[in-house]
Amino acid sequence: MVSLLLRQLRRILITTLVGGLLGATLVRLAPGFGVDERELDPRLSAASQQAIHAERARDNNIALFYLRYLAGVAHGDFGFSRSLNRPVSELLKERLPLTLGSLAYGVAGGLSFGLTLALLTVWWRAPGADLLPAVLSGLFLAAPAAVIALVFLWLGAPAAGGARWAIALVVFPQVYRYAKNQLMATAQSPHVVAAEAKGLSGWRVLWAHILTPAAPQLAALAGISVSMAFGASIPIEAICDSPGIGQLAWRAALDRDLPLLVTITVLVALMTLGVNSLADIALAAWKPAGAGAE
Amino acid sequence: MNLQRRIAWTVLLAAVAASLAAGWLTHHSYAEQSRDFISAPPSSQFWLGTDELGRDRFARLLYGTRVSLLLAPAAAVLSTLIAALIGGAAGYLGGRWERAVTSGIDLFLSLPWLFLLLAVRALLPLDTSPLTSVAITFALLGCLGWAAPARIIRAGTRTLINSDYLVQAAASGIPRWRMFWRHLLPNLRPILLAQFWISVPLFILSEANLGLLGLGVSEPLPSWGALLRELENYSAVFQNPWMLAPVVLLVVVVSCLQLLLRTEERVPC
Amino acid sequence: MLTRAAMALLLGATLVLAGGNELRFCLRADPKTFNPLLAEDEPSAAIVYLTGGVLIRLNRYTHELQGELATTWKVSENGRRIDFNLRRGVRFSDGTPFTCQDVAYTMRRLMDPALHSPAADSFRSGPGEEETKCTSPSSATVRFPAPVAALAAQFDQVAILSASSPKKESAVLGPFELGEYKPGAYVLLRRNPNYWKRDANGRPLPYLDSIRLEIQDNGDLELLRFRRGELDLINKLDPDKYDQLSSQMPHAVLDSGPSLDWEVIFFNQVQNAPLPDYKRRWFESTDFRRGISEAIRRQDIVRIVYHGHAHAAAGPVSVANHFWLNPALKPGSGSDTAALGLLERAGFHRAGSALLDSGGHKVEFSIITNAGNQQHERMLALIQQDLARLGIQLDIVVLDFPSLIERISRSFNYEAVLMAFTNVDLDPSSQMNIWMSSAANHQWNPNEKSPATAWEAEIDKWMQAQNASQDPRKRKADFDRVQQIASDQAPFIFLVNPDALSAVGPNVKNAAPAVLFPQAYWNAERLQVNGNLVSRR
Repeated sequence: MVSLLLRQLRRILITTLVGGLLGATLVRLAPGFGVDERELDPRLSAASQQAIHAERARDNNIALFYLRYLAGVAHGDFGFSRSLNRPVSELLKERLPLTLGSLAYGVAGGLSFGLTLALLTVWWRAPGADLLPAVLSGLFLAAPAAVIALVFLWLGAPAAGGARWAIALVVFPQVYRYAKNQLMATAQSPHVVAAEAKGLSGWRVLWAHILTPAAPQLAALAGISVSMAFGASIPIEAICDSPGIGQLAWRAALDRDLPLLVTITVLVALMTLGVNSLADIALAAWKPAGAGAE
Repeated sequence: MNLQRRIAWTVLLAAVAASLAAGWLTHHSYAEQSRDFISAPPSSQFWLGTDELGRDRFARLLYGTRVSLLLAPAAAVLSTLIAALIGGAAGYLGGRWERAVTSGIDLFLSLPWLFLLLAVRALLPLDTSPLTSVAITFALLGCLGWAAPARIIRAGTRTLINSDYLVQAAASGIPRWRMFWRHLLPNLRPILLAQFWISVPLFILSEANLGLLGLGVSEPLPSWGALLRELENYSAVFQNPWMLAPVVLLVVVVSCLQLLLRTEERVPC
Repeated sequence: MLTRAAMALLLGATLVLAGGNELRFCLRADPKTFNPLLAEDEPSAAIVYLTGGVLIRLNRYTHELQGELATTWKVSENGRRIDFNLRRGVRFSDGTPFTCQDVAYTMRRLMDPALHSPAADSFRSGPGEEETKCTSPSSATVRFPAPVAALAAQFDQVAILSASSPKKESAVLGPFELGEYKPGAYVLLRRNPNYWKRDANGRPLPYLDSIRLEIQDNGDLELLRFRRGELDLINKLDPDKYDQLSSQMPHAVLDSGPSLDWEVIFFNQVQNAPLPDYKRRWFESTDFRRGISEAIRRQDIVRIVYHGHAHAAAGPVSVANHFWLNPALKPGSGSDTAALGLLERAGFHRAGSALLDSGGHKVEFSIITNAGNQQHERMLALIQQDLARLGIQLDIVVLDFPSLIERISRSFNYEAVLMAFTNVDLDPSSQMNIWMSSAANHQWNPNEKSPATAWEAEIDKWMQAQNASQDPRKRKADFDRVQQIASDQAPFIFLVNPDALSAVGPNVKNAAPAVLFPQAYWNAERLQVNGNLVSRR
């Protein structure tokens, strides 16, 4: 277990470092990098325009930028956001708790709701039993995240609460669909048929013979729910005007704010890798020794 | 074929047929502007009313269905196939390969792919036709949308790898590639179908959101994504509830797909 | 007596309990800075407007200059020198006295070459340093190395900083001072207890206790909150929301008339742009540009895109700018016959449903605009149909803003652009860098080493002439010539001047939205909420 943990930590570190560099490269190569909308201000003199160009050209060499960035990170300095004119570390300190809260509640809500519906559907394997969950999940899958968020705001929910509910409703259809399919497939396996034939209680069959074998896939769901939720948080926070990382990411993307975007990329990588690694570790701890070890 | 499946097939085929026969079903084109009938309510002349430029909403819905119903499922098939190959191979090979691929997947999930989409748009000539441009967007979405399901497929593969029939196949001396292709992938069908079903509306909505960055469909070609963006103007929706037609149609199509795919979930062992 | 005192106390308590006297509206984004010298983005400029004290203020309603911290001023030496008599007895918000030293300090900081402030660049009409002298604690003389057009009006942009206050930029001379700032959430401004101004009855201004600026990017949410009474005004409404609100709260919406902003199309005339030669010839042809301009039905744009809340534009001066407008100019007719006549003169001809040039090339070009702007996307859809009637194919490409800026200012990889120009100044000198052929903002062909055409050389000459003169009538005549040339040659196809639309809640008194920034709250010091007038003294 200790070696697994160390291996996961090493994997997280290397992947995050590579992710930061690749993210920076993508931003650098995108059109519009290095331009500034102040260039369109007709009041600015030629000297001022050149000064703006020079300021923006500082980050043109991506390798140098990334080395400077990592050196800064080692001292707790995540760079300076040009789009918001503030240190990135200050922005993170203000906004991260809000987004983490929204993500935690949203993912937990989406997972709980989706899994519960999936379990109920599998338990009650009657014809038409999954009609209502199917319609609900289809409805929330088809509705834009921004529209779902707007509905909550219109109902008078506070911005943070509306964002959490909206994230949960965006995550749940996918969780429900994957979980239901996997649980249903497992429920049709010979060992389950045998267990039911032997007269085991429905609850025991569900827990020991359906849920347990499907655990690896369900754990994988937890991992991708985080990146799903973060992706949804961008339009949701923008609509709800919830001052979190999602809203920050959108502004940073529009302004090609390199230090901010690289920091957000690293953060998302850490979150995704962290949750997935936890899922893998939990699975390894769950599995009986010698069965499908990592 | 049971009743639900028949209904689902009928509705889907009707939607596809209606979109292909748009020219016969309505004499309005999707671009034609009736400038004296701006934001008009439904009438005998305009069955779903007109939009803010006097364009027939019904015509735009039909032609938009053609774009989205063709391209979104194609992109969904692409992302599902890539996810199946990569996730399945990772789970099947195990060990170091699996760890490397899993790290790659997690890395892929974290990157800001939006900038790749912007870069590709910048490389396209400005006179690229709207249909080509949106097709390229959907193709890119298909190429980028595989990572999340690949993780689940990997986990599913790890579970299947110790199944009796695979152990038996291995013992029979069947080559690994054949085991992967003939015995493993087909048994991943429930997950693959779920992925396909989820991807279709996701890509349609992604195309809508990308429109905010100029990466969606160009005027005057309609798509469901472009029509769905109108819903953010909720006050207008309350006053003109027929604006909900695209989301109703999308929910119906997604539900029909789900009904059709559900019966494919019976897993042959 | 006791009863009256008790009643006064009760009344005072009732007034306080009624929620105070706070104005609430939204900023689109966080302010990037609270430093008045560096405020360029709109949220920062809004805060500087509300907190900064200036020597001279341009009245946003009457367009007249009025003395604020300067009681009188005199411009001399052909616009190189300005002498101020400063108001006495004025204090900063922290009690520090206001003197001439503060003016000198502010000008020194502003004109620092390392600052690159747009306000400072407005004063830089020639090489050399500015010099501010204090002839007494209440009189200042500022001298520039070269004449500055509309010199007095430029001081509307300069908020005076304290040279001696320990609070530095936080010590202000405006009606409000910064109270609280919660990033991503709100900025709270409190009334400046030391504000010098009083109303005609001698009551201290401002009437408001505070202004709460919510940071809200989403216009739909802003509208929802306004209807619920959570906001007191909406400073800039788009036409769709204006109509939605006017159907529910007809007395809340205000159309102040055409703003100073332009919506324009221009073609790429950059010499080394990556364009095929035949397209370059099209875009360089005056008759081609004017033909396109004639074909566009501006009244449809006004009616359909702006719901009537815009005016067809004929030139670079909005009809709101009464003094500088050249009334002889007329917008394009929207006539296909007139348009085809011009295009035929340029060598184009119809062949079936297509328009071809003299070389047989089908007339087709792309036009780029910024994504996320509904008005632009709708305008282009209308223009696409207008040009299709002539056999011209218009390909619409929407790009995110940085990509658009890169194409028009760096790579020049575009054919035509639809853009909005936001004008904050009435005076045409603020447009020098647009009209001068050597300037970076000469959008259709920036940074020309020498004027590429005779008409651009003419424009250069008249712009320089109006900039060097202090005689308003001569300047007007010179700029009229510039406007005429711009109309004749059509380097910009002027489409519309959108109206300035705002919404003011029924509980707000004394609101009189103007077309100049900051529109609805330009007279914030005289606004009242709930009709309560709270005197603190």
